[in-house]
Amino acid sequence: MSNIVQNSGVDSNRFWRVLIYTTLLVFALFYLLPLFVMLVTSFKSLDEIRQGNMMALPEVWTLEPWFKAWGSACIGLTCEGIHTYFWNTIKMVVPAVLIATILGALNGYVLTKWRFRGHRWVFGLMLFGCFIPFQIVLIPMSQVLGNLGIAGTTAGLVLVHVTYGIGFSTLFFRNYYEAFPTELVKSAMIDGAGFFGIFWRILLPSSGPIIVVTVIWLFTNIWNDFLFGASFNAGEGAPMMVALNNLVNSSTGVKEYNVDMAAAMIAALPTLFVYIVAGRYFVRGLMAGSVKG
Amino acid sequence: MSAFHLNYSEHSGPNKMNDDTSGFLGWCRRSLPKIVLAPSFVVTICFVYGFIIYTGYISTTASKMLPNSKFIGLTNYEKLWRTLNWQVALDNLAIFGILYITICGVLGLTLAILLDQKIRGEGFLRPIYLYPMALSFIVTGTAWKWFLNPGLGLEKTMHEWGWESFSFDWLVNSEMAIYTVVMAGVWQTSGFVMAMFLAGLRGVDNEQVKAAQLDGASSFQTYKRVIIPQLGPVFLSAFVVLSHMAIKAYDLVVALTGGGPGNATEVPATFMYSYTFTRNQMGVGAASAMIMLMTIAAIIVPYLYAETRGKRHE
Amino acid sequence: MKARYLKVKLLAASLALGLVGSVQAAEDVEVLHWWTSGGEAKALTVLKDDLQGQGIGWKDMPVAGGGGEKAMTVLRARVQAKNAPTAVQMLGFDIQDWAAEGATANMNDLAKAEGWDAVVPAALQRFSKYEGDWVAAPVNVHSTNWVWGNKKILDEVGATELPSDWDGFISVLDKIKAKGYTALAHGGQPWQDATIFDGVVLTTGGADFYKKTMIDLDAEALGSKTMEMVFDRMRQLRGYVDDNFSGRDWNLASAMVIEDKAGVQIMGDWAKGEFIKAGKVPGKDFVCFRTPGTQGMVTFNSDQFVMFKGDSAGEKSQLAMAKAVMSPAFQSAFNVVKGSAPARTDVPNDAFDDCGKKAMADLASGDLMGSMAHGHSVPAAIKGAIVDVVTKHFNGKNSSADAVKELVAGIENAK
Repeated sequence: MSNIVQNSGVDSNRFWRVLIYTTLLVFALFYLLPLFVMLVTSFKSLDEIRQGNMMALPEVWTLEPWFKAWGSACIGLTCEGIHTYFWNTIKMVVPAVLIATILGALNGYVLTKWRFRGHRWVFGLMLFGCFIPFQIVLIPMSQVLGNLGIAGTTAGLVLVHVTYGIGFSTLFFRNYYEAFPTELVKSAMIDGAGFFGIFWRILLPSSGPIIVVTVIWLFTNIWNDFLFGASFNAGEGAPMMVALNNLVNSSTGVKEYNVDMAAAMIAALPTLFVYIVAGRYFVRGLMAGSVKG
Repeated sequence: MSAFHLNYSEHSGPNKMNDDTSGFLGWCRRSLPKIVLAPSFVVTICFVYGFIIYTGYISTTASKMLPNSKFIGLTNYEKLWRTLNWQVALDNLAIFGILYITICGVLGLTLAILLDQKIRGEGFLRPIYLYPMALSFIVTGTAWKWFLNPGLGLEKTMHEWGWESFSFDWLVNSEMAIYTVVMAGVWQTSGFVMAMFLAGLRGVDNEQVKAAQLDGASSFQTYKRVIIPQLGPVFLSAFVVLSHMAIKAYDLVVALTGGGPGNATEVPATFMYSYTFTRNQMGVGAASAMIMLMTIAAIIVPYLYAETRGKRHE
Repeated sequence: MKARYLKVKLLAASLALGLVGSVQAAEDVEVLHWWTSGGEAKALTVLKDDLQGQGIGWKDMPVAGGGGEKAMTVLRARVQAKNAPTAVQMLGFDIQDWAAEGATANMNDLAKAEGWDAVVPAALQRFSKYEGDWVAAPVNVHSTNWVWGNKKILDEVGATELPSDWDGFISVLDKIKAKGYTALAHGGQPWQDATIFDGVVLTTGGADFYKKTMIDLDAEALGSKTMEMVFDRMRQLRGYVDDNFSGRDWNLASAMVIEDKAGVQIMGDWAKGEFIKAGKVPGKDFVCFRTPGTQGMVTFNSDQFVMFKGDSAGEKSQLAMAKAVMSPAFQSAFNVVKGSAPARTDVPNDAFDDCGKKAMADLASGDLMGSMAHGHSVPAAIKGAIVDVVTKHFNGKNSSADAVKELVAGIENAK
């Protein structure tokens, strides 16, 4: 704990506390504003949106935009809302996150507990993969996927996301396992445990926080991806962001802002859920040495 | 903090234990770690470095719409430097990058310090600060555009609430538009930076803090001389994360301004995209991508070097 | 006995399957497009239903975004992956570029059988064909040098006779501004600035000047005083837009005219769809006229469905789709909704409103030139360079002389 504010007089302390709380609340408002605008708009009717103030609460609350967004909004020629795309994305994200996490864990384990010559180079090279802008890999990747015969499929998209997620998951797990006491590993080895045994019985059980950090990070990035989803699986199997883009960025016709906002909220729910529910583990995981450098 | 006592000289340590293996099976057993690591490593080499080399190759060819194998040397780079938009993009990257990284860092640190003061409701505030990172700009883009639009958003609301002279037309102003991009970027990432600093603060060595307080240092001095220096690694990680996001910033710009007004908010990421995919100038687009990569490398490689060299004791 | 009964059942089943199999359902068509909004999508559904009636399924691949930018990226990825869609919505020079790469299918036989050469204007064929072979089926013809005016406001300022030259236009705009309305409703996106530019070039220098500069890229004409005058006029127009124009979507600018907030909008004839949907009647609530000074001239752009080379099974469906696209019935139905004119000159104009009829008449008799703003006069790279200069000048403060210099340099650099 680093609670520093010393009591140098009750009043001055009070003053500081009030200042601190006020600052924190002001910033909380700053962060919440866009979300508030989106929520409030999604419950209004179109007339109210056109005439009213964007930040005013709805005069008449309506759930109709939400139902429309889920089930009947038109995305291209099909007017079935976004629910199909929602499930498409789940089908794609879950395997991708699982595979990338497991691989990252194993990689981190190898890089820290089974060192070999050049392990620093290997880690450094893998790490750089986190930083590559995705537009660059689009064309060559499509060629590769085409040659493998999985272009335009969910499997292809999973492969792409795993490829570019390994860098992050390896980083997180490697830093975490670096801090893990080697004595435990060595004593397990003396007891006769093998490579996978050590991983399964010693390291994995205490990896809770970092697994959470990795899953949150990967889930968010993959769920929110548009570029790869559009390029490698547009059409019926398209992921959420592609469908949302089609709904929101249509350039003609009446813009149904309330349906757009409702659809955006639905698109945001999984990641929001993950962040809010698992958020405290996120900080704990960061504390456990994952991003301290 | 005992994390950094790993003995690097034992680089083949644990393997020595499996002495009872020999021959092929033994080799398999000993190489198992490397075999496990290999797929990820190979995939990274091919799909990251292989593609980078491919992009470099394309940047020296006369590729227009699709890859083309006619070699033209550095002509694309020359064309790139003569293109107006590229200069604008580079300027914007500098402005955006410096402001974004600095403000996120300062704001993140400030909020972390404040939150660390035994605040009631920390569990309530923290997700509020963190959640913007969860949202894609395709989701929030429309809301932001509204918000910043003078006729529909904040300015109009302020007018309606009685503050008539409030003016906030940055979004539609060529000179100021880039600062709205900074605002939205800070909104998205500062919470994450705050979480990083908070974790760092909670891991600070309490002994030194107590010692400083016993010596009579004020809280401000304690922070300045004792705590913040210990956050060195966090600053570094934050810098790396932020700078890479600044260079990659694409969804953000497209959702907010589409590169406008005019081309006032063009950044290298949007430039590369439009030249490669929309304007059928893949060679020039690849050249700009190489420049982006070199910039990223210039920042990341020293960090990687420091990271993998091993850490000094605090 | 049971065994024999089973055998008979199996035989019957396989016969049935064989019959079904031999009525070979044609392969589905996978269509990449960006017509994602309500009206356009509905119009496209006409095509989908037609094909479904022929037993051909429709796999929709919509990728929204502007004039198809995102869709074109997706297309590249798919072609590179050797997994091209069956048909792709495309504009102008893009079609030529893809055909040059050898990615498109040849439809000469169908074209001959259906007599396309006779009914599609030559200016369009320049894009539908590559080196003499038909590669695309045009869906519509939009033109960009239109002005859409709010009749009530125009009457209020006494402009019952629509302006026919630039000075007349400016004086009308002045009067509208004086009355307190926004004179020119505009959305500050590069392509919209460029759409206005089309008309201004045309009215300032005439058809020959437009052809010399926007199509032939004659350096002398591009650097001339006439071009400077074009930029001067763009600057003039800049003075008539409202303060919030930056980044505004084009349909919201149309809404300004529809809702009596603005006087006129310079926009292609897809804007008409907005007026019709809002229940406005041409001639009564709104008027359509050519950008003053460009009467008899048409800067056009045409959406076409390009057929991509695939396997032979898909070819049949492709051709069926192309045939359906070119059928007079579809051409009429789609274009009435979209606001454009049919690509075939022999489609009866009964179902079209007054503005539509005007458009079709101009197409038949006017001087057709490809729109620069929409990729029909120069390839994408050069178009990008021109639009950069236009939008920078419109949104900024540089002088017309400087803009002209940047224009010449930019075009050179993009070649």
